[in-house]
Amino acid sequence: MAFVLPPRSAHAVGQQQQFNPYAENGGTILAIAGANFSVIAGDTRQSEGYNVQTRYAPKVFRLTDKAVLATNGFSADGNMFVKKVRQRLEWYRHAHAKDMSLPAIARLIQSMLYQRRFFPYYVYNILGGIEDDGSGTVYSFDPVGSYERETCRAAGAASSLVQPFLDNQIYFKNQSSAPGSPHPTHLPLSRVLPLVIDSFTSATERHIEVGDGLEIYVVLAKGSPLQGLETVHGITELTSGPNGERMFVIRRNLKRD
Amino acid sequence: MDHFPLNWGRPRNDAIDSYATFPIQQRPTHVPKDVFAAGIQHTQQPIVTGTSVLAIKFKDGVMMAADNLASYGSLARFRDIQRLVPVGEHTVLGAGGDMSDFQYIQGILDDLMIDEFAAGDGNTLGPAEVHNYLSELMYARRSKMNPLWNSLLVGGFKDGKRFLAYVDLLGTTYSASTLATGYGAHIAQPLLRSAVEGKEDTLTEDEARKIIEQSMTVLFYRDARSLDKYQIATVTAKGVHISDSRKLETSWSFAEGIRGYGAQTQ
Repeated sequence: MAFVLPPRSAHAVGQQQQFNPYAENGGTILAIAGANFSVIAGDTRQSEGYNVQTRYAPKVFRLTDKAVLATNGFSADGNMFVKKVRQRLEWYRHAHAKDMSLPAIARLIQSMLYQRRFFPYYVYNILGGIEDDGSGTVYSFDPVGSYERETCRAAGAASSLVQPFLDNQIYFKNQSSAPGSPHPTHLPLSRVLPLVIDSFTSATERHIEVGDGLEIYVVLAKGSPLQGLETVHGITELTSGPNGERMFVIRRNLKRD
Repeated sequence: MDHFPLNWGRPRNDAIDSYATFPIQQRPTHVPKDVFAAGIQHTQQPIVTGTSVLAIKFKDGVMMAADNLASYGSLARFRDIQRLVPVGEHTVLGAGGDMSDFQYIQGILDDLMIDEFAAGDGNTLGPAEVHNYLSELMYARRSKMNPLWNSLLVGGFKDGKRFLAYVDLLGTTYSASTLATGYGAHIAQPLLRSAVEGKEDTLTEDEARKIIEQSMTVLFYRDARSLDKYQIATVTAKGVHISDSRKLETSWSFAEGIRGYGAQTQ
């Protein structure tokens, strides 16, 4: 089913109205990869125009022990897309007796999005987690499936505010290092978490569609130390079993205006 | 690719599509053809409509309200319509938007409840299941570009837990302790949030009714497609109760003091 415009007569003055199958539900998501961890965050506000629909609508979802998917754009498409991805992961688990790896999930997401090339899921996806070699990873997607592995990505309403901040703080763009000590390729969790929180509080200040609450998922590679997580307030552990990757959620409030 | 050397390095005109690249080539899809497909028109606009639906969570359950009007554009056509319906013993569904689509949805839910009963396994569909079913139904219809033109509130109480959620013609869903559709989202939601947010677990049924009545009154004053006759549904551990129609108390005595229109005084 393609998404087509209504036929226009020679005298049409742009008066034809057609059902618009999309809506913009606001919000912002962000993911940052460390050497042995990955952080995937999203605010919890869902809005439409000037209306706040709800102050708590999660946009970040656990897929497997190692993978977390954040979706943003049109929430009905985002929620349905997550359901479909989870179903495919379950079928894979039954067929292969193991979880899908991150690169495999990323490629799967691409093909699922591209199948709807002519009536797209209006969703910007960011997939984060731990690769098979234990490294932290982030994959970001456009609505029709174009994707790339990156160290950090922000998407959504305030992406234009957050991504440049991350480019400077994570990729050290437009700043030079002290002589003899080059910029690190990955930052520790103790630097990344405050950056995430500051990104969202700042985005909340200046973008009306961002606010209410923040949910941050942290995935740690197998055997990686807690790096200070035990003392973070508002943290819950989601880890399903011992001896593997560990997953945590940190919930914070954001301004509600 | 341009095969003519005499064109290389010269300005090109993309308005001329020399290799017939548009429209994009589609694979032939051998779906059985409906010979009347060309005659089928999809819902593009709602015709007979209901306005706002309001709902809040309170201490013992969930309360929902909607007026008894189904409008035909600006005509207050049907003044005795029930826009709140029970679904099983645990759920109430309130609808705004196209009333014929709402009647269709009621039929679908009746069949669903019958099938669940016929399974005979002792399980009943609760509000969460009804909401999930409706959200998949609404999303599927919007994805066929033939929506059920409604905004629905699903409220209920089952196994000691309150439930309140929204689903609309796009398949958009959300949940909060106060919800309102249509004009209610603009006018009533701020009143409901102020009265309920943070107090969901202490608000009594009478306090809940008061804030609902107050919001319905403001809506009747300000929504030009509303009516002062409405019903309140309450769902608690005791089940679903939908009240008889009640009348709103309004005061129009300020009108006597009006002279002329707005700033004009005669």
